Amino acid sequence: MNNNAGYWKENLRLVVILLTIWFVVSFLFGIILVDTLNMIRIGGVGLGFWFAQQGSIYVFLMLIYVYTKKMNALDRKYNVHED
Amino acid sequence: MDLTTLTYIFVGTTFALYIGIAFWARASTTGEFYVAGKGIHPVANGMATAADWMSAASFISMAGLIAFNGYGASVFLMGWTGGYVLLALLLAPYLRKFGKFTVPEFIGERYYSRTARIVAVICLILASITYVIGQMKGIGVAFSRFLETDYDTGLYIGMGIVFVYSVLGGMKGITYTQIAQYCVLIFAYTVPAVFISLNITGNPVPQLGILSGMSDGSGYMMDKLNLVVSDLGFNEYTTQVLGSKLNMFAYTLTLMIGTAGLPHVIIRFFTVPRVKDARSTAGWALVFIAILYTTAPAVGSMARLNFMNTIQTGPVGEIEGNIKYEDRPQWFKNWEATGLLQFEDKNGDGRIQYYNEKNKEFATKAETYGWKGNEMVKVDRDIMVLANPEIAKLPNWVIALVVAGGLAAALSTAAGLLLAIASSISHDLLKGIFKPSITESQELMAGRLAMVGAIAAAGYFGLHPPDFAAGTVAIAFGLAASSIFPALMMGIFNKKVNRTGAVAGMITGISITMLYVFQHKGIMFIPDTGFLGDMSPNWFFGISPNAFGCVGALANFVVAIAVSKVTAPPPEHIQHLVEDIRIPAGASSATEH
Repeated sequence: MNNNAGYWKENLRLVVILLTIWFVVSFLFGIILVDTLNMIRIGGVGLGFWFAQQGSIYVFLMLIYVYTKKMNALDRKYNVHED
Repeated sequence: MDLTTLTYIFVGTTFALYIGIAFWARASTTGEFYVAGKGIHPVANGMATAADWMSAASFISMAGLIAFNGYGASVFLMGWTGGYVLLALLLAPYLRKFGKFTVPEFIGERYYSRTARIVAVICLILASITYVIGQMKGIGVAFSRFLETDYDTGLYIGMGIVFVYSVLGGMKGITYTQIAQYCVLIFAYTVPAVFISLNITGNPVPQLGILSGMSDGSGYMMDKLNLVVSDLGFNEYTTQVLGSKLNMFAYTLTLMIGTAGLPHVIIRFFTVPRVKDARSTAGWALVFIAILYTTAPAVGSMARLNFMNTIQTGPVGEIEGNIKYEDRPQWFKNWEATGLLQFEDKNGDGRIQYYNEKNKEFATKAETYGWKGNEMVKVDRDIMVLANPEIAKLPNWVIALVVAGGLAAALSTAAGLLLAIASSISHDLLKGIFKPSITESQELMAGRLAMVGAIAAAGYFGLHPPDFAAGTVAIAFGLAASSIFPALMMGIFNKKVNRTGAVAGMITGISITMLYVFQHKGIMFIPDTGFLGDMSPNWFFGISPNAFGCVGALANFVVAIAVSKVTAPPPEHIQHLVEDIRIPAGASSATEH
């Protein structure tokens, strides 16, 4: 039981960290702080605009990739993996 | 070869392929019909999920919304991709571990209640039907252009094809067909984008094209676009917001949690062999989706630039600056035939003036040019992607390809949704609740009949769509966001939420959202029955009906937790069930109960 509780706790921690990044790149960079970030330009567009239409999507991909890697490792650490 | 022949060849070939695959992989058991018998590799499943996901709204409608809303349309880009993060982190692995066929089945068991299951079925059907209406709009637009008929006829033909195709296959057929459809649609989307990006900016990668300069050396492409649109009184492309910042925040959040709550997407995660695969399937799906979604901003902005330049050929205000109506290009005439593009020569000068007449300052200036109002009286934004290659003067085979791609997108999603509706009626309502004694073949038959009913209903509403395809679809997300997602998430992450709480939460969430949508958009979307007009001053804090789902979701969470606190906690075995789905070990494939 303790084993599972520890696994769940680490899982929640990971999820909270990743969802914080998820919030920052989309809602914070893409919407709330967009005008400020737009003062920085990458090529012909403002950084805020870029995050809203491109950057956030790339970060989302990385988040799922990291989650999958870390969770697979966590499954083994707590010996709760399948097969 | 002329365009019509080429289009028939492309559409005909791809359809023959889909039907061939559907026939080859047709479902013979309920397991295969609902979840493809669980034997699908994550990459293949990710690709099928992407096709399932990217509907007419993504393919046909989204770039049009981007073209005319600029930065404001970022809500769709972030909303429809960010939801996959929620899905992968919060739902997919656990629902796979639980190992059943449908979403209501999970809700029914987790909340140990048939009422909860029935409420979930109702929420699911409401969200899915609304979603199918959005697809029907897209299918109608694509067919009307392709067969050069009016929109209504295009819609009827589309309904017929969806019927033949999805009623046959079931999940197994649908999954394999969707892989083929993904290939067709992504090819059809990116090829014209590459050509157009190369034309305008000289950069073949559309994602980089939007950051680059114009190939004629007249500065950055986005700066140029900002200039072209603001010269005609429109809002600056890269800064125009959708309503307000708060509305954009709510809209994005609604689309994200709606994505994670849409049954036809969740159902895909039941089809993978292991919990591990459920996580990576979400990742793969997003990879395949991101290819289209990161291309869309280029398609939208470049289509807008080309479109503006077609009409405003020279300096604003000079007589020669506007194209003569009789000189209008062929694509213009083609879309006029569908009724989705309309011109009215208000000042009788035989030339087309397209500008923002709602901009008071510019409208005054326009009068001094002798302009008597915006003459493009109808520009349906849903035509932009299909018209884009024609506007950019790309070869005919590219245009034919895009039509085939649009139909692939609309069909694959419609099929996935119809399956979710069918399974909730035949499996959850009939087999699960009202008539557990029916045989497997009767259940299959009931599922197919339910699909027919759903197609008819969606077709009827498709004749009077409440919004553009993407807008209609957004309402479906609101409904899913406010009802299904919170129930699923609390079911996994909060052991204390009980059946009374869950049922009260779902009903509150979806009622608030529906009431808000209907009061602005008409009861069941019937025009003129809305009692508070569809205009922003009547909106709650300026949040548009499409964006309201997150408020409903919040209410759902609050009500469910509050009610659970004052009623009896869930029984011991349910708490064990929750603990069990939290760890991957011991997952078996989905079984009948």
